[in-house]
Amino acid sequence: MREFVDGATAIVRGALDAGCTFFGGYPITPASGILMQMMSELPKAGGIAVQGEDEIASIGMCIGATLAGARAMTATSGPGISLYSENIGLAVMGEVPLVIVDVQRLGPATGGATTVAQGDVQFVRWGTSGGYPIVALAPSTVAEAYRLTVDAFALAERFRCPVFVLTDKELVMSLTTVDAGAFTPPPVPDRVVAEDGEPYRYRPAAETFPLHEYGRGRTVRFTGSTHDERALITKHAPTIDALNRHLVAKIEEHREEIERVDLDADPGATTLIVGYGITGGAVRAAVTRARTSGSSLSGMVIHSLWPVPETALAKALVGVGRVIVPELNPGLYRREIERVAGDREIIGIERIDGDLITPEQILEAAR
Amino acid sequence: MTTVATLDTYRNERTYPFCPGCGHGSVLDTLDEALVTLGVPPEEVVIVSDIGCSGLSDQYFATSAFHGLHGRSITYATGIALARPELTVIVIMGDGGTGIGGAHLINAARRNVGITVLVLDNLNFGMTGGQHSTTTPAGAITSTTPLGNLEHPLDICATAGVNGAGYVWRGTSFDDGLAERMVEAIRHPGFALLDIWDLCTAYFVPANRMGKKGLARTIDELSLGTGVLYQREVAEYGAAYREAAAAMGKRQAPQPIPVEYESPLDGAHSVVVTGSAGAKVRSAARLFAEAGIRSGLWATLRGDYPVTVKTGHSVTEVVLSREETPPVAVTVPDVLLIASEDGLKKVGAMLQAMGPGSLVVTTPVFAGVGTRARMVVVDPGETRKTQTGLMLLAAGAAITGVVPMEALRAAAGGRFEEENLAAIEAGLAAAG
Repeated sequence: MREFVDGATAIVRGALDAGCTFFGGYPITPASGILMQMMSELPKAGGIAVQGEDEIASIGMCIGATLAGARAMTATSGPGISLYSENIGLAVMGEVPLVIVDVQRLGPATGGATTVAQGDVQFVRWGTSGGYPIVALAPSTVAEAYRLTVDAFALAERFRCPVFVLTDKELVMSLTTVDAGAFTPPPVPDRVVAEDGEPYRYRPAAETFPLHEYGRGRTVRFTGSTHDERALITKHAPTIDALNRHLVAKIEEHREEIERVDLDADPGATTLIVGYGITGGAVRAAVTRARTSGSSLSGMVIHSLWPVPETALAKALVGVGRVIVPELNPGLYRREIERVAGDREIIGIERIDGDLITPEQILEAAR
Repeated sequence: MTTVATLDTYRNERTYPFCPGCGHGSVLDTLDEALVTLGVPPEEVVIVSDIGCSGLSDQYFATSAFHGLHGRSITYATGIALARPELTVIVIMGDGGTGIGGAHLINAARRNVGITVLVLDNLNFGMTGGQHSTTTPAGAITSTTPLGNLEHPLDICATAGVNGAGYVWRGTSFDDGLAERMVEAIRHPGFALLDIWDLCTAYFVPANRMGKKGLARTIDELSLGTGVLYQREVAEYGAAYREAAAAMGKRQAPQPIPVEYESPLDGAHSVVVTGSAGAKVRSAARLFAEAGIRSGLWATLRGDYPVTVKTGHSVTEVVLSREETPPVAVTVPDVLLIASEDGLKKVGAMLQAMGPGSLVVTTPVFAGVGTRARMVVVDPGETRKTQTGLMLLAAGAAITGVVPMEALRAAAGGRFEEENLAAIEAGLAAAG
C-alpha cells in the first residue's frame, strides 16, 4: 500500500510516534502545516499543542513542559529561529531535550516565504551565543522526514540537548508517494528520569546524566545561568570549566552515534557528489543518470549535518579526487567539506534564485 | 505517595543577597508565610524566575525552581503548568520583565493558565544600574532619564485585568494582608497577578527621595488603584483544553491509496498545470497524481505560488514514474496545461524550451501562445473556472493515455466528487 504525503505530515507522524506530548508553535510559512496538524492531532494522542503569542513564547513553553515531563517539539522557519536564538541557548545550558524543526525559506529577513532555500545550515549551528555543539539532522525525502524526526527525539533524550530537524519549503509542502511501510512506528523507550542526586552532573565530561523532572516527589532546580551541580549560580572557575567542557564533550565525544549518511559509492568513481536536504534528490538522480550513460559517479546524502559526519566523509573520500557540493545557498556547508577534504578539488554549485538545483546542473559540473 | 508537609518555612538556609532596605527580601518572606499557610509539599511548588534582582529569588527557597531568560518566566511557567497541572507554579518577575515580556503578560492573562505572577515592582532596573523601566513614573529621575522620565508608566494590573486575568491585586511590600492575598492568588484556578511595589534603595530611592509613604502616594497620584482590582471566575486553560481534547476522539489511521489500475508508462512523465491561485490548481494536480498512484506509478507533486492566498499564480508540477523518485525540479515538462493568464505569465521559459515531442493543452483564449510543442486547444464548455485545471488535466491524460480514465474517476471521490467527475468528463469529451 502507498500513501501520498508531504513532509509536514511525515514530521508530525514521526513526532507523535516518537512520543511527543507537547508542541508550541507560531504561524509562519512554510512551517504552518506542522503547527496546524499538531494542533489537530496532538490532543487526540493525549498531548497538548499551543499556539504561542510569538516564537519566544512557543519555545519557552516547550522548555517548561519538558522539565515537567513532556517530550516537546516546536517548528518554525528562519525568521522564527532568529527569535528562538536565546532560548536555544537556554536549552543547551539547562540540558533540555527538545526537537526544533526549521523549515527553511529564502532569507535574509522576511525573504521569500514560499521560496525554497538552504540558507540556515550554518545558522542553526551557530545561532545562539557561546558557540556550543548542536545536533542537526536533515531529511532529503518524505520517508526520511519521518525517520529522522523519530531519531531527533531519541538523540535529544540521549544527549539532553536541542536537536534540529533542518528541512525546507519544498520537502515540507511537496507531496511524495511513500510506501506505507516507511511509517512503521519505532519502539519508544521511557525517559530515564533521575531519582536522586543533584540536578546536574559534569563528570565524566562526556557522560550525559538523566534528566530531573518536576513533580516526581523531589525538589528539582533548573537554571540557564552558569551553575554548579546544584543549579546555583556560580563564579567558581573550576566548576565553570567543568560545566562548559561537559556541554562540549557529551556531544563531541559521541559523534559516531550521531553520524548518519546515505552513501552510494561507485568503487571506480573519482568524483563524489555531496548533498543534503532537498538537494539530495538531485544528487541521487544525477548519480543514477551518470551510471545509466556509462560513467561512474559516487553520491553522498548527509543526514546528520551537525556535528559534521567527519568519519563517514573521510571514508567516502578515499580514492576520490574531486568533490561537488550542490546547495541552495552561497556555499555555506561546502567549507565543512573543504575542511575534511584536504587537497582535493572542490566544486560548489550554488543556487540562490529560489529554484531547485537540477540533476542536469550537477552532471554539467561533473563533466 | 505524597506526604502532607508541615513545614515551618519554605526558605532554605541561604541569606538574601539584596541591598540594605531593599523590599525584595520582605516580599519573599511574605511568600514563605503564604506557602506555609497553603501547606503544599515543597517539591510540588515550582518558583519560576527570570533576570534582574528579582530573578535571584528562587535560590532562597527549598522548593523546585526554574531560572530562565529575561522576561520569559511566564512562558516557562505556562509550559510547566500545562504539562503537570497538579503543580503550584509561581512566577517571580520584576517590572523590567513586564517590558521585554509584555506580550507574554497580556497573553497569559487572556489564556488564564493557572499560574500566579508576583511582580516585584521597584520602578527601575536595579541590577544593571538604575535605568528606567515600564513602570517608572513620569518625571522620575533614573540613570537613563536624567531630565525626568518622559514616558507614561504601564498600568500592569489594568493590562492584565481588562484582558481576562482571573485575579489581580496591587499594593506595596509594606501592606498588611499581603500574605493572605498571595494565598488567594495561588488558590485561584486561573491566571493571578500581584503587582507589589517595593523600594530600590540602591537607585530609585536616593534619586527620587522615595520612601514607604512615597510608594503609596505615587500609586495614588497615578490613580492606579490598590487592593483586589479584578477577581472573576474563569475557565483555567489547561482544564478546558483537556476537556475539549477528550471530546475529539482518537487519531484516525491514514488511508492508503490502493493500486487497482495499470498505467502503460515506462520511465517518467512530467506534467505542469499552471493557473490562478484559488482556482483549485493544486487540488486538480493532486487528484491526477493520485490517479497515477492508483495505476501503480510513483508520484511527486510540488507547487509554486506567491504569499497571497486567492490572488496571483499557482503552478503545480506532477512527476509520475515507474520507479520511486524524489521530488526534483521540472524545467521542460512532457505536458503543460495552461488554465489562466496568471498561470501563463509564469511559464514563458518553459514554453520556449518545450519541443515537438511535448504537449500543451489549453483553452481557446490562449490558443495563440508561441511554442514548438504540439498544441491542443479544448473548449471548456460549461466548465467552471475553478475546474478548468482538472478539465485540462483530464484532456491531457486522455491524449497521452498515461493514466486510465477509470483511475482518474476513482481519484475524484470526496467532498467535491460530483463537480470533479463533471470536469473529468468534460475534459475527456473535449479531447475527443
